Amino acid sequence: MSIFEYNGSALVAMVGKNCFAIASDRRLGVQLQTIATDFQRISKIHDKLFIGLSGLATDAQTLYQRLVFRHKLYQLREERDMKPETFASLVSALLYEKRFGPYFCQPVIAGLGDGDKPFICTMDSIGAKELAKDFVVAGTASESLYGACESMFKPDMEAEELFETISQALLSSVDRDCLSGWGGHVYVVTPTEVKERILKGRMD
Amino acid sequence: MAKSSIDLPPKGGFSFDLCRRNDMLQKKGLKPQSFLKTGTTIVGLIFEDGVILGADTRATEGPIVADKNCEKIHYMAPNIYCCGAGTAADTEAVTDMVSSQLQLHRYHTGRESRVVTALTLLKRHLFNYQGHVSAALVLGGVDVTGPHLHTIYPHGSTDTLPFATMGSGSLAAMSVFESKFKEGLTRDEGIKLVCEAILAGVFNDLGSGSNVDVCVITKGHKEYLRNHMQPNPRTYVNPKGFTFSKKTEVLATTITPLKEKVEVIEAGDAMEE
Repeated sequence: MSIFEYNGSALVAMVGKNCFAIASDRRLGVQLQTIATDFQRISKIHDKLFIGLSGLATDAQTLYQRLVFRHKLYQLREERDMKPETFASLVSALLYEKRFGPYFCQPVIAGLGDGDKPFICTMDSIGAKELAKDFVVAGTASESLYGACESMFKPDMEAEELFETISQALLSSVDRDCLSGWGGHVYVVTPTEVKERILKGRMD
Repeated sequence: MAKSSIDLPPKGGFSFDLCRRNDMLQKKGLKPQSFLKTGTTIVGLIFEDGVILGADTRATEGPIVADKNCEKIHYMAPNIYCCGAGTAADTEAVTDMVSSQLQLHRYHTGRESRVVTALTLLKRHLFNYQGHVSAALVLGGVDVTGPHLHTIYPHGSTDTLPFATMGSGSLAAMSVFESKFKEGLTRDEGIKLVCEAILAGVFNDLGSGSNVDVCVITKGHKEYLRNHMQPNPRTYVNPKGFTFSKKTEVLATTITPLKEKVEVIEAGDAMEE
């Protein structure tokens, strides 16, 4: 087993028309034993910027705390929120600093940038950025998520259709992964509002 | 309180404080993780008035294609570009770092960067890390001393060549170069040969795939041809898209309206008086 599969996770982000969605599963496990079924893997950095951290939960939480700290320092110094592109570079730099002893985390970043242009991005555990125009995935269910997203995604979806697509992709993928599941957590962000929904999923 | 316990933004360099923990985990029988790789075909050649670089656009993580259209030709200086193969994070970080150093050097001297300067900076960094920073590079550019093409290996050794290939598809690409390269190619012949070499990698090496990126650098001019060829388009997309017969079951919904950001327009002399 790889340490990435210790807690289990599924993360996905998708781009729509002037909006984006980011979703995760809700399970926290220790290998095959489930510890919690209401675990938060996606966190808000500011109103229009979210990060999901897949992989080892302890590292995800440490990394999240460091990122929030650095973002607050930036807000104090610059008196503005970070652009998603800037934030992605920050995450990448923090991960690459630990090139030879990495955090066991694979982040997914999604945000609305200048002019409410959606931005999504993922990285490996040492900060190699992978920018995509359509969708990004991470976690133990990533292989099945690739397949589901590849067939379900279409460009320029409106918020409601995007929600349905990302939810269906997530739920069908985690059903093929033992280590993730127990419902889903979906954020759909448009320029005017953030809609957070909790999905019902299989409980086995 | 020890000053290291304050988590201040670092000044650069690597941090090794998780190494002991990670070694412990590995000794307990956990598999080490795999990183994003650019199992790649990258090539370069010198033609009659400059250098042409070429790359495929596939990034892999083990057997999974992680990115179908990534960029492997990195900017170093206005007259120098660099193709990267190996661990994606390393090629990205090392080229970014050296391009910043070159920019600062240009500000300092007020002259165009030279390819050998980039070469030395890259090889020195890679040799320092004894091959642990696994970046295999093809560096090309045109400076005051003419066109240059170099390959750099992860351990820091370098070659200076009229045509070069790197990455997992290097053998396939080199077979094309070895049979068809000649000195004094024209621009169009050069681009055609580079594309052919990359396509040999795309179709014969499983680590390489998708599209062909090309970068042509001549004296005082460069042309970055992103996705110059797209030999593998998606053909299986349903034009109507995907429809779902049943709606997802939602347990709870929270809607947070976002506040308009208020722009503060400062009066001209607010601080006066």
